[in-house]
Amino acid sequence: MGGFSAQDLTAIFVMQGFAGLSFFSVLLLMALGLAIIYGQMRVINMAHGEFMVIGAYASYLLSGALRHLPAGTDIAVLLAIPVAFLAAFVAGYLIEWLLIRHLYHRPLDTLLATWGLALIMQQGFRSAFGAREVSVPVPDWLRGSYRPTMIIDIPLNGLAIMLLTVLVTAAVWWFLYRSRWGLRVRCTTANREMSGAVGINTKRVDRMTFAIGCGIAGIAGAAFTTISSTGPTSGSLYIVDTFLVVVFGGAGSLIGTIASAFSIAQAQSVMEFFMGGSMAKVLTLLTVIVILLLRPEGLVASKVRR
Amino acid sequence: MIKLPGFLRGRHGGPLGILILAAVLLVAMPALLDLYRLNLAGRYLTYAFVAVGLVLCWGYGGILSLGQGIFFGVGGYAMAMFLKLEASDPESTRIQTTPGIPDFMDWNRITELPWFWVPFESLAFTLVAVLVLPAAFAFVIGYAMFKRRVSGVYFAIITQALAVVLTILIVGQQGYTGGINGITDLRTLKGWDIRDESAQYLFYYLNAVLLIGCVLLGRWVLNGKYGRILTALRDREDRVRFSGYDVADFKIFIFCLAAFMSGIGGAMFTLQVGFMSPSFVGIVPSIEFVIFAAVGGRLSLLGGVYGALLVSYAKTLFAEAYPQLWQVMIGTVFILVVLVLPYGLASVYQRYGKRVLSRLKGSRRAPPPPPSSLPQDSATEGRR
Repeated sequence: MGGFSAQDLTAIFVMQGFAGLSFFSVLLLMALGLAIIYGQMRVINMAHGEFMVIGAYASYLLSGALRHLPAGTDIAVLLAIPVAFLAAFVAGYLIEWLLIRHLYHRPLDTLLATWGLALIMQQGFRSAFGAREVSVPVPDWLRGSYRPTMIIDIPLNGLAIMLLTVLVTAAVWWFLYRSRWGLRVRCTTANREMSGAVGINTKRVDRMTFAIGCGIAGIAGAAFTTISSTGPTSGSLYIVDTFLVVVFGGAGSLIGTIASAFSIAQAQSVMEFFMGGSMAKVLTLLTVIVILLLRPEGLVASKVRR
Repeated sequence: MIKLPGFLRGRHGGPLGILILAAVLLVAMPALLDLYRLNLAGRYLTYAFVAVGLVLCWGYGGILSLGQGIFFGVGGYAMAMFLKLEASDPESTRIQTTPGIPDFMDWNRITELPWFWVPFESLAFTLVAVLVLPAAFAFVIGYAMFKRRVSGVYFAIITQALAVVLTILIVGQQGYTGGINGITDLRTLKGWDIRDESAQYLFYYLNAVLLIGCVLLGRWVLNGKYGRILTALRDREDRVRFSGYDVADFKIFIFCLAAFMSGIGGAMFTLQVGFMSPSFVGIVPSIEFVIFAAVGGRLSLLGGVYGALLVSYAKTLFAEAYPQLWQVMIGTVFILVVLVLPYGLASVYQRYGKRVLSRLKGSRRAPPPPPSSLPQDSATEGRR
């Protein structure tokens, strides 16, 4: 590592590490929804990225609507999160009812059908919002950066997204492991027939789970718009990474998903500095694939009998 | 009655389907289409190689690969590298800083032919590479995954990630691969102009004959004992394993066979179209190949060919006139095929076409049973 002093290297690692943390936040928010959906229903949702884009466009519309109010951008940024969640939730609910419920027990077919759905949704976005990328105005208090030393520079919106991710992850954990609803979800995941036999409406649980998974993707979209602009195909850029996160983490395991999102995002972000974006991505993906071959059940194996 | 050889008889249709296909490809299309359209049809038929391979490994083996673009690309790039080296002889590249190397390398300030390009100066090596490299890639991928019992959804996602990796590599290593533009400006094959009329016709016929050969090969494989075991392991993998078969070996073989066919398709694509680019390697083309097989019928080798022709033709027809409509259409087709017609157009023919045919013949035989060997429940779980 000639050419870099020890101090430079530390600064690089801290800043790239932090850039990795923002990437990690988006990946984790995306992967949480996907992992819940896949873990419970064995449904591969290729349109998950498009639900994220729904969230992003929802917060874009909201900021447009509130633009003329005093302190409109501040309110919009705060309101964007529940609104994005709701928009993606409703869309997910409808799509589960229209399409997904006909495809349970055919995981490979859900993959194909949701890919078709993704194509249709992308075109829908393009017709409604144009092919140009849009972004949301960020209020001043999110725009600055935090400078602990002279050369380290950490953007505040990245910090805010991290905070949001922590809150959402905590909420998902609480939902899954501390609420009645989560109990039903875990029951259905573990044994669908028995859950039905003891009086759990598994179809309703499926629909709610799918909708909530999509809603979390919507939150990811709202967070995404504050660091980068959104276009009709933004979602599809993340879908392969997100799937690898879910598979790598061990489907259906919250801790595994967090750990794998963290390691993938960090590896990519730190390597990016030394060898450029494309090689970093190639190396990260290949490493993940090799580790998956050595340990096909993922980082944290779920203890579910099937 | 005459005893027919294995690849013509048996559960996967009689010789009639093959004869009709041969008549359509070798007689009807060259007679009815002008050279431009025939060349387009030839391009679609190169996709059919991949679709036939997918029918074998997805339809019968239950292995959904979302990375068939990898093998199409490897075959295509191997052929393109040979043609490119021939096109960049020192004479025609004398204005470059380093004459004798492909132009894109010169633009990227590479002064020497990279080592992995050197063998592609030989036509014999290139032809062997086209036939062997895709299958070798598939063997490595398949061996690594199936021996570890990675299958189903996991396999699909990992192959998709590999297609992404290969695309990023090709685009990123511009000096070695031609980058996003791919390898272009391919003119001659051993001094013979591949763009003139006679060459175009010849490639079309060669393509059609090779494709029919692949269909016959696939049929021969399926009609044997191997085909039955393949279907069995798709439907009840654990039972086949408990019966003493090494499931992984069977899967690796069919995956390699599919890759082998895709590689031939890729090489024929390069020859007929005159370039190869990463846009035929990544996620989108790989999924399109699956659409072809799904629309044609995932249990029908002939269906794969017709699916590739029909969907690609529709794409050319609509994508040029109404690009926005096309994306919605292909998405809708995808959803409808999966929801309403999981076994594609071939199942429509099996159910209604044959009845019509037998009525035309005036015979009163009972209509044939619905397509044989449908999986009872394709709940191929990710892993168990």
